[in-house]
Amino acid sequence: MDNTEATRRLHTKKQTLDDAYAAPANFLEIDVINPITHGVAKKRYTDYEVRMRTNLPVFKIKESSVRRRYSDFEWLRSELERDSKIVVPALPGKAIKRQLPFRNDDGIYDEDFIEDRRKSLEGFVNKIAGHPLAQNERCLHMFLQEPVIDKNYVPGKIRPN
Amino acid sequence: MYFQSFFGFGQSAEIDIILDGAATRRTAEVKTEDGKKERLFLFFDGESLSGKVNITLKRPGYKLEHQGIKIEFLGQIELYYDRGNQHEFTSLVKELARPGELHHNTSYDFDFNQVEKPYEVYTGTNVKLRYFLRVTVVRRLTDIVKEVDLAVHTLSSYPEMNSSIKMEVGIEDSLHIEFEYNKSKYHLKDVIVGKIYFLLVRIKIRHMEIAIIRRETTGSGPNVFNENETIAKYEIMDGSPVRGESIPIRVFLAGYDLTPTMRDINKKFSVRYYLNLVLVDEEERRYFKQQEITLWRKGDRIRKSLQMAPVPVTTPTNGESDQVQAFEKIPTPVSEEASLEDSPTEEPAPNPTPSEDIPRVESYAEGVPTEDA
Repeated sequence: MDNTEATRRLHTKKQTLDDAYAAPANFLEIDVINPITHGVAKKRYTDYEVRMRTNLPVFKIKESSVRRRYSDFEWLRSELERDSKIVVPALPGKAIKRQLPFRNDDGIYDEDFIEDRRKSLEGFVNKIAGHPLAQNERCLHMFLQEPVIDKNYVPGKIRPN
Repeated sequence: MYFQSFFGFGQSAEIDIILDGAATRRTAEVKTEDGKKERLFLFFDGESLSGKVNITLKRPGYKLEHQGIKIEFLGQIELYYDRGNQHEFTSLVKELARPGELHHNTSYDFDFNQVEKPYEVYTGTNVKLRYFLRVTVVRRLTDIVKEVDLAVHTLSSYPEMNSSIKMEVGIEDSLHIEFEYNKSKYHLKDVIVGKIYFLLVRIKIRHMEIAIIRRETTGSGPNVFNENETIAKYEIMDGSPVRGESIPIRVFLAGYDLTPTMRDINKKFSVRYYLNLVLVDEEERRYFKQQEITLWRKGDRIRKSLQMAPVPVTTPTNGESDQVQAFEKIPTPVSEEASLEDSPTEEPAPNPTPSEDIPRVESYAEGVPTEDA
């Protein structure tokens, strides 16, 4: 008698067909792609396209694409460390050594280095954007969706709707 | 003891304790401190303890002088960090022989009638509760001592009130789930049957697991030690659910090394059990909800004359499933772990259900209560 109770089929709430076949409510994809090195000689810098697609209500824009450089990621990390409650993941290194002269390769403009950095930055931003406690930080929204980062912004939280 | 070994005498006599009915008495496995298991004779509250003490003289013709022979029945709680102070919560003694001499092997009968054994034996991380018989041959320099440990189980009967546990918990805007466990009090061979219903899933869940955690609490006041041990853990869902999906839970308790819930035993320690539901997302973040359950030991074939110990009271169970509770902000995660909060909004939390009063065993009448195999 005990055994049948243990293995009896459970009565569960029926899932609507809408819910079963709708797009998942957790759709969030962020890619860090298309590294481009601008400028010449000593005035060069590399930036990356940060492309985002989502259906999360907390993000106002459902598809966005902005260009960001390494120092922008550093800015985002320090803002989150200060304001949010999360343990912010580490960024790929600053590669100071690569910026010294007399190298055999292209230093920080070396293809392989840029590719490694790109991958690491992609992991970094995905990890943060999916975190429930960081998702509503204004700095993250500005980083992902504003064409230009306004460093004089007012830090704070974003409410959905 | 030093005197004897110096002269090469060794132990001059051997003590054996033989229990009546040993051939038919059930045994139980009890953990030892070093993690092994030993088989001990099993007794219940109210049962009498009787038998023989055999004293064998090692060297024929040798005369054993002593200052008295006694047998004790002891129930003891020992805290590992305070070994010097063993707390005896039960102590009975019978004198077997007045001071004198033994010239040949001797046997003494003993009988402790209807002995109270209020608690179950327990060997844990920081504390041990044991029952044992101890025979002492008192001598001038060194006593000859023999101890035999006994197992004791506490039995309870089906609680009158055993509401299910049903709660809606989550993290605002990210995850809402409703979990349900069919009971709040489970016996040791019971099955936890439940389900998880997903109301809102805005995080990318990789899998969900459930664990049984034992929490042993020792000490009091500022010196409280909590030892958590994961008794069982397994995955109940692999992949990412969407809204409206239900995930079944079936946990067969008989397969695990569990004890009954022990609350504030002699004011020295507690052993409590929790179900820990954990959801893990794609970035290894863990969202968990811990819920206490009460475990009790079922006896079977109980004679009407025997009464059972009450099932320990559990912390408030939430039978009111319609009460949707608001979600508190997640506390600062030190690691990447977040508790799914369920703090109340307008309505305060329900009062704890009053404990059922099943009278304790007063006296042991007839028949031996046995347990499920």
